[in-house]
Amino acid sequence: MAVRTLTIDGKPVSALEEQTVLDAARDAGIEIPTLCHLDGATDVGACRLCLVEVVGTNRLLPACVTRVAEGMQVVTTSERLREYRRMILELLFAERNHVCSVCVANGHCELQDLAIAQGMDHVRFDYLFPKHLVDVSHPRFGVDHNRCVLCTRCVRVCDEIEGAHTWDVAGRGSRATVITDMNVPWGSATSCTSCGKCVQACPTGAIFRRGSTVAEMDRDRTRLDFIVTAREKKQWIG
Amino acid sequence: MELSDLQDIARKERESQKPIRVRCCTAAGCLSSQGQAVKSALDEAVAANGLEDRVQVIGVGCMGLCSEGPLVQVDPAGTLYERVEPRQCASIVAALDGGDADANVGDTTRPFFTRQVAVVLENSGRIDPERIESYIAADGYHALHTVLHDMTPAQVVETIIAAGLRGRGGAGYPTGLKWATVAKTEADRKFVVVNADEGDPGAFMDRSVLESDPHRILEGMAIAAYAVGASQGYVYVRGEYPLAISRLQTAIRQARRMGLLGTQVFESPFNFRVDIRIGAGAFVCGEETALIRSIEGHRGVPRPRPPYPAASGLFGCPTLINNVETYANIAPILRKGAEWFASIGTEKSKGTKVFALAGKITNTGLIEVPMGTPLRTIVEEMGGGVPDGGTVKAVQTGGPSGGCIPQSALDTPVDYESLAQVGSIMGSGGMIVMDEQDNMVEVARFFMEFCMDESCGKCVPCRAGTVQIHRLLTKIRDRRATDEDLATLRTLCEMVKQTSLCGLGQSAPNPVLSTLRYFPEDYRALIGAPSEPSANGAAPRTA
Amino acid sequence: MDRVRVATVWLGGCSGCHMSFLDLDEFLIDLAGMVDIVYSPIVDIKEFPENVDVTLVEGAVANEDNLEAIRAVRERTRILISFGDCAVTGNVTAMRNPFGDPASILQQVYVEAATIQGRVPDEEGIVPRLLPSVKPVHEVVPVDVFLPGCPPPAPRIRAALEQLLSTGHVTLEGRDIKFG
Repeated sequence: MAVRTLTIDGKPVSALEEQTVLDAARDAGIEIPTLCHLDGATDVGACRLCLVEVVGTNRLLPACVTRVAEGMQVVTTSERLREYRRMILELLFAERNHVCSVCVANGHCELQDLAIAQGMDHVRFDYLFPKHLVDVSHPRFGVDHNRCVLCTRCVRVCDEIEGAHTWDVAGRGSRATVITDMNVPWGSATSCTSCGKCVQACPTGAIFRRGSTVAEMDRDRTRLDFIVTAREKKQWIG
Repeated sequence: MELSDLQDIARKERESQKPIRVRCCTAAGCLSSQGQAVKSALDEAVAANGLEDRVQVIGVGCMGLCSEGPLVQVDPAGTLYERVEPRQCASIVAALDGGDADANVGDTTRPFFTRQVAVVLENSGRIDPERIESYIAADGYHALHTVLHDMTPAQVVETIIAAGLRGRGGAGYPTGLKWATVAKTEADRKFVVVNADEGDPGAFMDRSVLESDPHRILEGMAIAAYAVGASQGYVYVRGEYPLAISRLQTAIRQARRMGLLGTQVFESPFNFRVDIRIGAGAFVCGEETALIRSIEGHRGVPRPRPPYPAASGLFGCPTLINNVETYANIAPILRKGAEWFASIGTEKSKGTKVFALAGKITNTGLIEVPMGTPLRTIVEEMGGGVPDGGTVKAVQTGGPSGGCIPQSALDTPVDYESLAQVGSIMGSGGMIVMDEQDNMVEVARFFMEFCMDESCGKCVPCRAGTVQIHRLLTKIRDRRATDEDLATLRTLCEMVKQTSLCGLGQSAPNPVLSTLRYFPEDYRALIGAPSEPSANGAAPRTA
Repeated sequence: MDRVRVATVWLGGCSGCHMSFLDLDEFLIDLAGMVDIVYSPIVDIKEFPENVDVTLVEGAVANEDNLEAIRAVRERTRILISFGDCAVTGNVTAMRNPFGDPASILQQVYVEAATIQGRVPDEEGIVPRLLPSVKPVHEVVPVDVFLPGCPPPAPRIRAALEQLLSTGHVTLEGRDIKFG
């Protein structure tokens, strides 16, 4: 496999031609904020937090789906990118009812961590306060749509890693929600294998283990990594 | 089917023409104002007078001047009747041999008609869209025959490149280049797709072409398929266009029966099958990657590009996607030559463009003009200006992705570059005229509401950003906004434009940005107004 | 130099932020050496005074009293600090917002959910009327400093106050701007 050399924030980096800018940056110890990206699942480029500047193009490119190229000059942090990232986070916080203080994921939440990293100390937009339901019909897990950021990680791990495709998205625009099966309560979704991959994948407190209380909902992503790696390397065969 | 058969059909069709032909519009515009009843009444009157052997009543497609519909035109005299009512039909028939009918006669010498140059609409309102013979008699499918028998795929692509045709869906990407890319990409399967998911408010160009001249699209598709090496085509048409769908279905059936679609077209090795896919009314499915997902049977949401559909599109295969109007230009280019086509229009924008005139304008309807025609000519001369002597305040082009062009820039020629320079876009051809009564904040808010409702919800800036832009515009309209809100609005618009995943979000702020640019006074007037606590309890900021 | 005039205000919140303020422990004594507490739930002054240098506002704007208070506070304060998540985001106080207008919420809470003598408390002049929706402070008046947290831990409060008293402004970084 061919190797490409590029610079990320002025730092010379070499990367495999198949790698994305995000992978190359992480290998080089440069952190680019992400939310919808999940190691092991297909990238969808939806959250727009990983947008970076590339010298020679006016467009901002999502690092998670942009392949490295020879001589590419990537800028991962600039005044403009900081402002846009902060705005994206503010939009997310204003969109649903993210009440950190009473959230199961408080302290273990990627949305919260991103807000900290981007220095978001308040939201400039009006909070929308939509009315969303909490579905605890599943015997072991629950989904609180108030905390969902529509990253579709649950949809992807369920489809791509578990192969059940219990989760999907229904509705358009700000009315979009994740659903189980044909929009039935999770407990009635017959395709669900109760494997819990969505629980491990969720970046916020939207999908949780029942019985977790405030700040208790920690995730273990290594479980997903384990399955994906084992499958890619065919460790279960023979 | 061979060339001689085609010529036979054309000859027979012309010979069967009766001396007097009464063309009656049966496109959606006129049908919605009793067009079908008018046609029936004309048929009855002809029968009642025993004129069947001399007079034929033909249901045709759109004649353009929708605001004056239902329209009826008599050949060869050329008399145009407007706003025809069924009760007037007897007198129209009685007047066929001379004399005056008791109906409104339209002036066919007005600029609305005389300034038009018909390429895409050359058959619209002339042929019967439900009879393939009618299209063949108008030189239809001759270009396809020439292409299949006398040209290599590469020559076809070269012709399109030489013609300088650019995508009529709005962005203006060079069509020939797109074709060349798909043609060069190696693959076992390739597809051609027609984007007929016309969704801009106030735009009805594609609907009209499909309703008036469906075979033209099929011929354009078949030529494209031959050029790029595809054997399967899809027309992705929105479900809100039932008449267009049914005429297209009829056309496909007819063409297949004649061997103009299907296996071994024109006895050549070329196979081409066309299927229709009906969209469920999501605006975002006009975006090519979302459209592809929808055809594949998935939820219609866009994905990041690259890869572009030309490399990896429908079912992962190279896919050529063009707009209806783009395909409508193909047969004429092949028939009359690239040079002829390139002689119309401007240096960088060749050919003609169809526009749907709507809003505060006297002549609402469809027009086709050479690229480079000044907006003023279209709006004031052809469109007849604002009704009742009002003045034009702005012209909105490009729908929710476009911008408002102020009165002061009316001399801008309509071509891709000039429109972009004044902060708008060519778009698919919607043109909405506004007068002094229209408040631009309200206009921007209308388009933002549209984008907010039509956002697919995948990427954050478009899904949540449009909602907040809409809220800020509402705040401004309700006189609750501050200077700070206005600044936030600007930054947010810029951010949504720069960071959204697909064209919908990237262009959604355009109506706001262009009205902020040209009509800041409309915004200013609503800011810093009375500082009374609003109904929902919030007080305007004071410090 | 005049001593800095500091006030603290308690709007629609649980007073947890004030509890956290009291958790400043011995720093409170240092603070008392530098500032005058001119108004606070923990001192016995009835009227919000004029010419206040710094006001810490705990709680969201939930009712008409809050609205009136925050407007007066803003007018008389040089540096207004949104103190804690309720003030900054609405937080728990604003969790009623998705459930519609106050009348129906009061009905649900005080009548439908009541086990005995269900009645909506509406004594005019005693129980302030709820606003149609709960708002964070900065949606109502301009805010100069945001000090999030539920509650902001004492070290965070101390860091903010120390910065403010020494430099005149506050720049919080890292986990000092954490919600929740």
